[in-house]
Amino acid sequence: MAASLPTRVTGSVETRAAATARVASVRGLTRVFGDRTVIDGLDIDIERGEFVALLGRSGSGKSTLLRALAGLDRDATGNLTVDGTVAVAFQEPRLLPWKRVIDNVALGLDRPRAEARQALEEVGLGGLATAWPLTLSGGEAQRASLARALVREPDLLLLDEPFSALDALTRITMHRLVLDLWTRHGRKEEDAAGRGGLSVLLVTHDVDEALRLADRVLVLGEGRIAYETRVDAPRPRSAGDLIGLRTDLLEQLGVNEEDR
Amino acid sequence: MSSPALDLGQAHRAARRRARVPRAPGLPRLISPIVLVLLWQAAGSSGLLPEHLIAAPVKIARTAVDLTEAGTLPDAIIVSLQRVAVGFLIGAVAGVALALAAGLSRLGENAIDPPMQMLRALPFYGLIPLFILWFGIGETPKIALVALGVAFPLYLNTYAGIRAVDGRLVEAGRVLRLGRTALIRHVILPAALPQALVGLRQSLGIAWLALIVAEQVNADAGLGWMINDAREFMRTDVIVVGLVVYSVLGLLTDALVRLIERRALVWRQAFQPA
Repeated sequence: MAASLPTRVTGSVETRAAATARVASVRGLTRVFGDRTVIDGLDIDIERGEFVALLGRSGSGKSTLLRALAGLDRDATGNLTVDGTVAVAFQEPRLLPWKRVIDNVALGLDRPRAEARQALEEVGLGGLATAWPLTLSGGEAQRASLARALVREPDLLLLDEPFSALDALTRITMHRLVLDLWTRHGRKEEDAAGRGGLSVLLVTHDVDEALRLADRVLVLGEGRIAYETRVDAPRPRSAGDLIGLRTDLLEQLGVNEEDR
Repeated sequence: MSSPALDLGQAHRAARRRARVPRAPGLPRLISPIVLVLLWQAAGSSGLLPEHLIAAPVKIARTAVDLTEAGTLPDAIIVSLQRVAVGFLIGAVAGVALALAAGLSRLGENAIDPPMQMLRALPFYGLIPLFILWFGIGETPKIALVALGVAFPLYLNTYAGIRAVDGRLVEAGRVLRLGRTALIRHVILPAALPQALVGLRQSLGIAWLALIVAEQVNADAGLGWMINDAREFMRTDVIVVGLVVYSVLGLLTDALVRLIERRALVWRQAFQPA
């Protein structure tokens, strides 16, 4: 199933049969708010199975881009092709408080709840399936939100600063969990056509988070991709491996030597 | 996204803090009402408080028993309850239906909300003369007045509840590929329910008030008739019995709504101490 795309975005949505190596391809995306051009002719490709981190200062249009990819922005113009299904986990978990955790995960699925239960097991929330969302901690709620996104077996998972509201320790656990899920779903989804599995686009303002998780780090500036680098270090990565890259990225984000 | 994260842990902690506020023990709070009733009785028995102004508590209690045994009170209660029930049902269906139409469609909003907001300013007890002209002096104007009183708070609260739905949850629903019907059923209506239930409580309170006013108009049965009839004979004891029954019925319906609230909003109370 193809993502429902914003109406004004011109572009084709290919079917699964015509699967390509790319899960998403964006050309000349532009989004204007009033007289401010937030996204200005932006191009991005995301490969199948790739983990991409998108960095940017606040207000740089990171979330705007993510909303366009999620099909939530009807006023973006340009060419946007998503081949496959998209799921989103937001900064706030956005669980429906009047539905138990498992019903939140199963919401909109026509499949049995067994799958929702399995998805909860996968994120370590098997024991909280029947809990009410308001009783969860921030980290638990964010796990449930991840389970809700993953149970849809998306080709592209969009993460909009999902860890920024969590405490430092919980964030580390969540990083491991996301990498783990990405690896597992990557393998599971691989089919005869040789397509890789789950692709992830992580929007963040945390350079270390981006370096720890992603295959490729993009920096958004002036409404376009201002900088791009691959991160080839094997996972799990430690901060020490990537001092050089970290310095480059911080410079791109306009953080000076004295600020650090 | 600039919206703040839903910090649920905080709400949790706040609920726990509330739990520590000590509850007022029952007995000390009962003393002053009991003393007041005793003083009232003493004033009545000594003749200080003449019965044509207000009857003494013991006399009122005896009258209540007599009226019940004679069947007058149960009959009156049944007639009044029927009026409230029918009027409430009509008003509730109308109020909720209008709120759904106005809350869920732009067309409905433009068509329904402006006249509703204008009509709510009308002092609706002032409509009684018109209702008598339109519906005569039978059951219809009484039921119509109750229905009208019920419809407005339910409309206003349900409509406001639908309008105040958290846009972020609606967006989450869209991302989960919920269709319009599923979005209304799983996201919008449950989100509007707490506010709609506030409307329900208000409307039930108004239903009883509207009934009391309506029953002053040429009733030949019901609690209002019983009270009016007693006035003719200066039976203050019967009047007070009628008033007490009105209050008890009002309290009972309020308790019913609270029960419904506890059931329907269990997700909200799950993290509050019982």
